[in-house]
Amino acid sequence: MFSNYSIVANHLTKIFGEFKAVDEISFHVEKGEIFGFLGANGAGKTTAMRMLTGLIKPTSGKASVAGFDVFTESEQIKRNIGYMSQKFSLYQDLKVWENIEFYGGLYGMDKKKINVATADLLEKLELTKEINVLVGDLPLGWKQKLAFSISIMHKPKIVFLDEPTGGVDPVTRRQFWNLIYEAAESGITIFVTTHYMDEAEYCQRVAIMVDGKIEAMDEPARLKKDFKTNSMDDVFYRLARQAKRSDS
Amino acid sequence: MITATNISKSFGKKGQQKALTDIHISVKKGELFGLIGPDGAGKTTLFRILTTLILADQGKAVVAGLDVVKDYKMLRKKLGYMPGRFSLYQDLSVAENLAFYASIFNTTIEANYHLIQDIYVQLEPFKDRRAGALSGGMKQKLALCCALIHKPEILFLDEPTTGVDVVSRKEFWEMLGRLKKEGITIFVSTPYMDEASLCDRIALIQNGHILSENTPKELVNGFNRDLFGVKADRMNDARKSLLSLNNIDDAYAFGEFLHVKSNKGTVYERDIFDHLKRSGFEDIEVIRIEATIEDCFMDLMHS
Repeated sequence: MFSNYSIVANHLTKIFGEFKAVDEISFHVEKGEIFGFLGANGAGKTTAMRMLTGLIKPTSGKASVAGFDVFTESEQIKRNIGYMSQKFSLYQDLKVWENIEFYGGLYGMDKKKINVATADLLEKLELTKEINVLVGDLPLGWKQKLAFSISIMHKPKIVFLDEPTGGVDPVTRRQFWNLIYEAAESGITIFVTTHYMDEAEYCQRVAIMVDGKIEAMDEPARLKKDFKTNSMDDVFYRLARQAKRSDS
Repeated sequence: MITATNISKSFGKKGQQKALTDIHISVKKGELFGLIGPDGAGKTTLFRILTTLILADQGKAVVAGLDVVKDYKMLRKKLGYMPGRFSLYQDLSVAENLAFYASIFNTTIEANYHLIQDIYVQLEPFKDRRAGALSGGMKQKLALCCALIHKPEILFLDEPTTGVDVVSRKEFWEMLGRLKKEGITIFVSTPYMDEASLCDRIALIQNGHILSENTPKELVNGFNRDLFGVKADRMNDARKSLLSLNNIDDAYAFGEFLHVKSNKGTVYERDIFDHLKRSGFEDIEVIRIEATIEDCFMDLMHS
């Protein structure tokens, strides 16, 4: 019944000891949608993302990702998603092609498919000449674009991006978003967290988490209208400053 | 308060990785000065040179009237430094860290308590907690207190707001405003372009080069192209379409708008509107706008 949805969460909850890290969040993300997931540090974004990517089991509630249940089918989820974050991306001491081959292998692609995907990916990023360069020697912006392209080389149904553009220069940040648009146009669902409020505007819908709950969720234009303001920064600030819990 | 001339620095075996090239910078007494640039631009390297922690390959820097090489011991007493990475003692408590930093500068917490009072009251409920067990925002506040405890003439803050959410970032800049009123010169770096407008003057840095040093207002005034904010029904397609329009140099996403920049030629609202209309776009909105710091940065990166 949820066939048009990539992600469905119902009262999804995670409790650590006495602490409700994620408190009954409910939402759905459509196929091919760019969905922004915002929140102050400690609001519960990372915990929510870990549940959705099959890395930790929820305490209660329900959720399915790419049609698979987060409680019972976490291995299938891992095979159908891509993941990229600013902190963990590629192996710095492997060459560009070695990283691609390594991740292709992890994603279960055969040698032939990997070769085709490698050529495509490098051509699109204009990195063909850098195929033998160590990833550690690439500028940060290139690394991030490469990491993103690798995270979708197996054509996953959904890609999770955890602050993918932190610290990246403004030109490269936009090139990165062009890659996100292209991926979404090809049908990949995008689930992205960011600290840049201008990037929240690039999402079709955003959810804003405060103290483990989703306090607002809508198209950026509607949120601004509801809060009678013309900046997402302001929307976010007004919600986030109500937070009682401190960051982690 | 800071004068840096011709500073260059390379890393690697043969110096093949140029971190800084021919940097000139001058910061006046009492100024809140921002060094704005992305990761890898060379911000931290410049901080380390100015705080006497590493030597430049060439060039000269004077901070608080003291040479960063010859007078480094004296200078260290006069500057406060908060590095980008949390570097306090994780296994000492909040109060112990503060007492320790006071003692190595031969002072006491009480002596300059007025400087840190605002910030410290928020930390006080946790004063017996180990620093390693503090939340990110609290660690940042403690680090700032420790950098202030000897009443430095100049405060160096390396990316104090990176990875910090909007609420804490706002609070932090308010604290800097209050410290500035105490007469402390502040040299702060950030990758967030929107923080630039909170500084008295800024330097934009990219790939080890200073692109511009100016007041935020003058920088924006110096943007000598026509710039438009544009909306249409299919934003990303509209962006691609506008790149082919005459006299248009660039079109890029900027929050809810596209920013469309002219090249040397003149462009009118009408040109953009008509082009989009002809290309089948709907809900078109075009307004002439003033550049932001981020527009200036992108413009300078290209030139």
